[in-house]
Amino acid sequence: MTTDQLHSIPELLARNVASFGDKPAYREKEFGIWQSWTWTQAAAEIDALAAGLLTLGAVPDDHIAIVGRNRPALYWVMVAAQRIGCVPVPMYSDAAAEEMAYALDHCGARFAVVSDQEQVDKIADIREGLTGLEHIIYLDGRGLRKYDHGAMTSYGDVQAAGRAAELSVRLDELSAARGYDDTCVMLYTSGTTGRPKGVVLSNRNVIETSKNSSDFDGLRVGEEVLAYLPMAWVGDFIFSIGQSMWTGFCVNCPESEATMMTDLREIGPTYYFAPPRVFETQLTQVMIRMEDAGRVKKWLFDHFMAVAHRVGPDLLDGKPVGGLYRLRYALGNLFVFGPLKNTLGLSRVRVGYTAGEAIGPEIFDFYRSLGINLKQLYGQTEATVFITQQPDGEVRSDTVGVPSPGVELKIAENGEVFYRSPGTFMSYYKNPESTASTKDTEGWVATGDAGFIEEGSGHLRIIDRAKDVGQMVDGRLFAPKYVENKLKFYPNILEAVVFGAGREYCTAFINIDLTAVGNWAERNNIAYSSYQELSQHPQVLGQIEAHVSEVNTSVASDPMLAGCQIHRFLVLHKELDADDGEMTRTRKVRRAVIADKFSDLIAALYSDATDVYTETEVTYEDGRKGQITATLDLRDAVVAAEQVAA
Amino acid sequence: MKDSYITPDGRTIGGVLMDMRGITLRFGGVEAIKNISFDIREGEIRAIIGPNGAGKSSMLNVISGFYHPQDGEVWFRAAKRPTMRPYDVARQGIARTFQNIALFEGMSVLDNIMCGRLTHMKTGIFSQAIWHGAAQREEVENREAVERIIDFLEIQAIRKTPVGRLPYGLKKRVELARALAAEPKLLLLDEPMAGMNVEEKEDMSRFILDVNDEFGTTIALIEHDMGVVMDLSDRVVVMDYGRKIGDGTPDEVRGNQEVIDAYLGVAHD
Repeated sequence: MTTDQLHSIPELLARNVASFGDKPAYREKEFGIWQSWTWTQAAAEIDALAAGLLTLGAVPDDHIAIVGRNRPALYWVMVAAQRIGCVPVPMYSDAAAEEMAYALDHCGARFAVVSDQEQVDKIADIREGLTGLEHIIYLDGRGLRKYDHGAMTSYGDVQAAGRAAELSVRLDELSAARGYDDTCVMLYTSGTTGRPKGVVLSNRNVIETSKNSSDFDGLRVGEEVLAYLPMAWVGDFIFSIGQSMWTGFCVNCPESEATMMTDLREIGPTYYFAPPRVFETQLTQVMIRMEDAGRVKKWLFDHFMAVAHRVGPDLLDGKPVGGLYRLRYALGNLFVFGPLKNTLGLSRVRVGYTAGEAIGPEIFDFYRSLGINLKQLYGQTEATVFITQQPDGEVRSDTVGVPSPGVELKIAENGEVFYRSPGTFMSYYKNPESTASTKDTEGWVATGDAGFIEEGSGHLRIIDRAKDVGQMVDGRLFAPKYVENKLKFYPNILEAVVFGAGREYCTAFINIDLTAVGNWAERNNIAYSSYQELSQHPQVLGQIEAHVSEVNTSVASDPMLAGCQIHRFLVLHKELDADDGEMTRTRKVRRAVIADKFSDLIAALYSDATDVYTETEVTYEDGRKGQITATLDLRDAVVAAEQVAA
Repeated sequence: MKDSYITPDGRTIGGVLMDMRGITLRFGGVEAIKNISFDIREGEIRAIIGPNGAGKSSMLNVISGFYHPQDGEVWFRAAKRPTMRPYDVARQGIARTFQNIALFEGMSVLDNIMCGRLTHMKTGIFSQAIWHGAAQREEVENREAVERIIDFLEIQAIRKTPVGRLPYGLKKRVELARALAAEPKLLLLDEPMAGMNVEEKEDMSRFILDVNDEFGTTIALIEHDMGVVMDLSDRVVVMDYGRKIGDGTPDEVRGNQEVIDAYLGVAHD
């Protein structure tokens, strides 16, 4: 079979079984040991499940919801669904019951395959409102013994029923009936604004994109990836299903969320994706541990990191570097970089990507200077991930790279970026209005981001969300994310939200990073009883004030954005949280929600007050709500003199 | 006495597993336990509650064979238990956790839990040192059993962490894991939720229920948190000053005047 004839994921699976059937396809750490399945074994599991779904009454075009953390068995559900012409709909497993109810109801899923009791309970809470949902299939039966099994079956039992039914001919018929332009998967967008939308992606979208992106980076069988990002996120679908199926590489699932870092080290992925936050957290931890290290180690680290910063990225890009520096870098690799990469689990990374948010240049450079080929890509669910990505040797922290193979770009007059590609989504499910307003008749899709293509290099630079870019009262450009990203680079700042559209000056909310600030407090014998108390500690506020002032100096140096200097700020008494609706599940701030919820704080920032009393509703992990009250200090930052454009 | 019954939540409670008959325990002139009788049925969660100094921990120590009562008989699985050393009691299938955590602080979580498998290991110290044949097989089998418990209690992430570095709530969970590793018929928990915050208590409650449900383990526990006791247990024994002042389902005990007096105090007028 040539690759031109492969028109669906099940067909790719059949090709993988034929071409490298005894190579590992999936691994999962369980009971302390990496268990693995070859392509042949995985295909048998998938067929058993697909047949089992048929015996439960699944028919083509049914939606099958999948809720749980990354596990091979749940990836098999996706392929099993496709095998019988159904549409898999992976969902965020940490979503609250109401959020899940919306998606389940919207897609009209007849079947839900869930990981464990927690998810079964969540669905049980909302089941009354879900008329379409007929059957729940669960993976881990612990604690479910006493539940009513009338409309609930274990994963193993479904597979057993499937094996007994001997439906392989029927499975092949159903698979063959699916074409290149039939739906491959449906993914709900995280929804920075409004309700989540179901993005329908076709086999063509997924397979063409997987092919192009695999070619771009030379991904091949034998690659190792760690599947740890939410299954509901398009990136995970492309990496762990699309590219894995296309190239035949192995997908490794961690033992639990908490063991991810250990598992990363054990697997040593060669192809690795992480959002900036993961890199930030890792770097913060390294820095904290170096603070605690002995003097010799600290000196070694500081000395060789200076060398790495100077020549590491150039070495990675194959640019000429002097012999003495090469030697020093090699020594550094022996003493510092090598062991450090090993500890981070990144020793074998050949291709690493970060995306989703801008990454602080210092963070980005840190990893690249260690010799890790970390690159940026820019994408979204509607594009089946890839819009632009950075080719090897052309990696910079301030751009997101050149258009991915097959992608066309254009910039609208207002600066908004548009693209057209083989990965361009089919439609938003049951929402033709939104589809029409996002994708025009020629196939151009609005990204919602403002940016420009850099002359000379052809790289795309993103400034901010198009709708967030605004003007200050004096007409100067207001780009909040640009400033927030600069703030977030400081290890003790976790999150920042800048306000200023239509105002005379900018102000900011800041979240401290409890790990970094807590460690600092411990080392300096500063007692605190809560996040809230620590966040308002005068010394903490003093540090943050210094950071804000430094950022102002840096912002002032860019004539276009000099108006975005932060005049006043406060440190929030609670962490911004997806459970409270302040962030999306992919941890992007929801500006409108925050501006509305904390309107009293914003008003205070634009007044003469020196502190403000506030009451805030918080939602606990189990859905209960509570109130917290606080008096927050309002601080003025030093505003730098603007450089006059020559 | 009826033989077996089914609880409202659908679990089958079997016949009497352990029967304490007229237990009296004295330390010199102090009578810590005064002529107390009660039974523990197979598959049930049995709580022992009472104010401080009521004799609850002493009672647990009698059950685990650490204390030997001066009067009374302990019947286990329909046979009178002779005076035994605690390790013989453990071999009979009784495991426990301690009020003040008693783990090996310098050893990893995994090694601590492996200790709980000691009663299941038969090979001698020499063949274990040589690490060959039966000893190796045995270690692998026992490690698998331990890994299942680690999975069950969701402590994979701390498998290799020295216990001394763990927070209190997790240590409690590791102690439970070690007790479970012995695959006990009867599990004794001495204040499993003491010093925990609400979230940790909820987690621990869930694990206790799951252990009972999944392995059918009979559980006897001492606990101060009334809410927890009333939610978890099938039957409750209430002690005060070494006497038994109540015995029955949580609802029965809750309505018992003597129990209310013991907990809230009585006006002396």
